[in-house]
Amino acid sequence: MSRFGNLPRRLVHLVVLLFGITLVTFFLLRLIPGDPALAILGSSYTHARATAIDISLGLNKPIWTQYGLFMDRLFHGSLGYSFFYNSPATTVILQHVPPTLFLVVYSAVLAAVISLPLGFISGLRRGGIVDQSTRVFFTISFAMPAFWLGIILLLVFSVHIQAFPISGFGSGFIGHLYYLFLPALTIALGFSTVLVRSLRASTIATMQAEFVDTARMKGISRARVLRRHVFRNAVLAVVAVYGVNLAYLISGTVLVENVFSLPGLGQLLVNSVSDRDYPVVQGVALLFAVLIVAINLLTDITQASLDPRVGQEIGE
Amino acid sequence: MSQTWATSPSEILLKVAERAAGRTRRTARRRLVLISGLTMLGIAIIAIVGAPLLVRASPTALDVLHPLVPPLSPGHLLGTDQYGRDNLSRILYGGRIDLAIAFGATSVTLVFGTVVGLVAGYFGGWIDNLLMRIVDLFFAFPFLVLIIAIIAMLGPSIFNMFVAIWITSWVSYARIMRAQTVVAKKQQYVLAARALGYGRLRVMLRHILPNTASAVIIFSMVDAIGNIILAASLGFLGLGAQPPTPEWGTMISDGQNYILSSWWIATLPGLAIVFVGVAFSLIGDGLADVLRPGDR
Repeated sequence: MSRFGNLPRRLVHLVVLLFGITLVTFFLLRLIPGDPALAILGSSYTHARATAIDISLGLNKPIWTQYGLFMDRLFHGSLGYSFFYNSPATTVILQHVPPTLFLVVYSAVLAAVISLPLGFISGLRRGGIVDQSTRVFFTISFAMPAFWLGIILLLVFSVHIQAFPISGFGSGFIGHLYYLFLPALTIALGFSTVLVRSLRASTIATMQAEFVDTARMKGISRARVLRRHVFRNAVLAVVAVYGVNLAYLISGTVLVENVFSLPGLGQLLVNSVSDRDYPVVQGVALLFAVLIVAINLLTDITQASLDPRVGQEIGE
Repeated sequence: MSQTWATSPSEILLKVAERAAGRTRRTARRRLVLISGLTMLGIAIIAIVGAPLLVRASPTALDVLHPLVPPLSPGHLLGTDQYGRDNLSRILYGGRIDLAIAFGATSVTLVFGTVVGLVAGYFGGWIDNLLMRIVDLFFAFPFLVLIIAIIAMLGPSIFNMFVAIWITSWVSYARIMRAQTVVAKKQQYVLAARALGYGRLRVMLRHILPNTASAVIIFSMVDAIGNIILAASLGFLGLGAQPPTPEWGTMISDGQNYILSSWWIATLPGLAIVFVGVAFSLIGDGLADVLRPGDR
């Protein structure tokens, strides 16, 4: 069986999944109890406006026709019209993508930088100082809401020490790095909890493997065995955890963007909820779901290309 | 490597004794983790449920003459917020919503997800395929985004918060339970039960469930923390509890506006979340050690 043996089957699953995602996002809008036009317009309800919204959302047609129209528009790159911004929802959403994307990548990198050494050392020296203190630290930080941690970091590093700006996105790559440091750190700390724990466990498991003893008996120095044999294999086991949790990291951006007032998708989502801008809410949910499916696929491919055993195990 | 070979019977005995001593010490420490977690949670529940007996000030009573009083002031142990409402009282009363979510939302999703996972894993075939594709579908959305979208459609309220969590978070339990059931199905005790002619329901509920439930129970402790944080997050975003109802997340959100002058409004409710969260975390760790001792 080839290395990517199960990939075709995965791709079929993927298509089914994407189809399901469109169904869920479509029916989200149908959750609105009563008359959607009334919910959107609120106190500015007039019969003419309501009819306009009904036609725009296609509510005057049978439900499967509506789904067909939704899909038709989707394939043409349209997510409907945002009454609040008075422009296509796609345009509004695309404007808010850069800060979120930057934040996600930034915090993913930061999380790796934090958790790789901590997890590895904790696994090597079980019960040592590093192990004990990271365990205590991450038990506490696991119970911290991301938005609260963000506020605490703001309080310490922006208000008292005044080392970092309170809010904003900055300009230029370096500016982004500087302005987004605290938000990215907030997300990365939450993300690291899981990474440190799994890297610690996989390091412990790898240290007990026979190939480590063999390498040592061949006379390879301890440092080299740790670096070339133990570390690489331990990290390999964490790739899947990293990918799966990267998806949850996106949830963190929603909250953290609101703490640091970053003009990203998370803030757009929350604002659109209070503005009753349903096409935008629908579109952001759809975009996030597609993003996560893409990340999961990438994780699988990365894992299969790093570790020849992966495709075979799942493929049988 | 000579040291791994014991050369005399006494050395073997010594090693065995050492190992036994190590094990009892670890067992005692495991119990300690579980007990301290339960104690912390007990303190939180007593304080939150018994709030009317502990504090005199009402959580919503305004006192415009004493806004933003710092902690440790006479009459206000934890200070007051921008409207002069007593912080201690608001934290205790506010915890009711967060604890209700921790227990009310978690228990429903625990039971439902476990049943789905059990059925999918035991029957296999197209039932398994269908159920697991639905689970995959929910996993494709970031939970928070999906929950926010559902609340956007239903309107922000505490009840809708419950509904949104019920709809979305049973899927983790289903996935864990299915994996456990698939393994258990092939084990001898299940084969024996089936050979005795027991019905499917009996095999599932009386044989597989008691032997596999520990995984979902341990996960439910982690999930309870997640649900508290979720409730607070929605409150923070203005999509959960609505003012003037006290809730930890909404209090943090209020306090963020006064972060420059009055740090205590935003920080103290967060400490309450951390306290309850660490309690659940310790209970989860303790349960993991007690229920599945072989794992560590």
